[in-house]
Amino acid sequence: MTGSIFYWIAFVVTALAAVFAAVMVITRRNPIHSAMFLVLNFLCIAVLYLLLNAQFIAIIQVMIYAGAIMMLVIFVIMLLSVEEEERRRKIPVPLAQMLGMVLVFILFAQLIFGVVVKVLPGEQGEFSPERIAELGDVKTIAGLLFTKFLFPFEVASIILLVGIIGAVILSKKER
Amino acid sequence: MELAYFLIETVVKVVAVFAVLMLVVAYLTLAERKILGRIQVRYGPNRVGPFGLFQPIADGIKAFFKEDLVPARADKTLFVIAPMISITAAISLFAVIPFGEQIELFGRRISLTIASLDIGLLYVFAVASLGEYGIVLGGWSGYNKYGLMGALRAAAQMISYEVALALSVMGVLMIAGTLNLVEIVRQQAGWHWNILYQPFAFIFYLVCALAEINRTPFDMPEAEAELACGFNIEYSSMKFALFFMAEYAHLVAVCAIATTLFLGGWDGPFNLPPALSWIWFVAKTGILVYFFIWERGTFPRLRYDQIMRFGWKFLLPLTLANIVGTGLYMVLRGM
Repeated sequence: MTGSIFYWIAFVVTALAAVFAAVMVITRRNPIHSAMFLVLNFLCIAVLYLLLNAQFIAIIQVMIYAGAIMMLVIFVIMLLSVEEEERRRKIPVPLAQMLGMVLVFILFAQLIFGVVVKVLPGEQGEFSPERIAELGDVKTIAGLLFTKFLFPFEVASIILLVGIIGAVILSKKER
Repeated sequence: MELAYFLIETVVKVVAVFAVLMLVVAYLTLAERKILGRIQVRYGPNRVGPFGLFQPIADGIKAFFKEDLVPARADKTLFVIAPMISITAAISLFAVIPFGEQIELFGRRISLTIASLDIGLLYVFAVASLGEYGIVLGGWSGYNKYGLMGALRAAAQMISYEVALALSVMGVLMIAGTLNLVEIVRQQAGWHWNILYQPFAFIFYLVCALAEINRTPFDMPEAEAELACGFNIEYSSMKFALFFMAEYAHLVAVCAIATTLFLGGWDGPFNLPPALSWIWFVAKTGILVYFFIWERGTFPRLRYDQIMRFGWKFLLPLTLANIVGTGLYMVLRGM
């Protein structure tokens, strides 16, 4: 699939759509519109994952990020009706803005370097698209997750649990 | 050449599924009104055509020619897009549902599934979760307080019950060891239906599914008595009809998935030739659809806080217990 014309058309179209959606997210005044463009952005990224033969990650991206998390974000926006907020004057934080600009510049320079000056393909892993197709996408990920990467996996789940308990404690504090 | 055949085959399958689905949805509205009528000791629609059989056509024509209103303060783009999201998601669910055994046609083996994906079940959950944006945005964009209330309720309810829904089918996945719906049906062939191994999961699934498609007793987003129709309050004409069609298509999809996961799909009491195996599938799905209509005529609507408490404090622990129980069983049996 890689290298065919269809692949490149699909990649360019989705990549451009993703960038367009990302720009729209930060330029819309209405927070609900921003959120919907973020959903669009997530969907585009899911398509990019599909183009990279990562079916499972792609569908999880749609289900968790585009589906569940953004639904929660929209719920909160609607609940707080942030529309009033947008007319408020900008809070001046010159230092943070400057710092952010520098970081963005560095990141952008890195991207340009990576794409134009020197192509960094990385090491070829042991899981080629053919091998994954043979094993099954979900099985491959599950196998690695529950053997080689079991410890980081469990630690991540504990961090999430701590986050949930923290949120509950914070919201209960007022009583 | 192979690619051309594949494309033709897929297009034909998509068109066939779409046409049949639209017909089913149209007559499901009539079936619901008829059955509910009988439950409430009245006749239901019986004026248009014999036994009211042309009622869906009359409804369709009416919806088509009604004035299409957009509220002045509405968010116009999202107001128009919302019903489209709903119907697209509801119909897309049918892409992975296996309707029947492979058939032999013009010397080609054709499976009665549009796409047999390795991640079939995850695809179902992903598309279903995207479809919820239709309801939430539809309620929000109309600039109506009842609509907004409906949207908020829909968002909270769907997030809550989606978790339990996904967990309720986990037991089946553990036994099957695959996410491919065609594969799951094949494993159930010959009376090894998953409902026999996972009876509780089946009940949990039905309850969560009711909440997921916003049907009584979980129809909070559109509770007529308190929200005056809720999320679709500002919609009229064909846009309203699209929401309606999406709701029924989603209902059929939920029943079809239940048939696939728990009731053995196209497997039946006696074997039909492959070309007719879909009859079992349709029959089982039909029974489940009937059950969903029947329970609507039976249960009262719950209160909002009761629904949320039931979802998080009752259903979620039970589905988790089901997973632990299934795991224990599998370890002890050495599966």
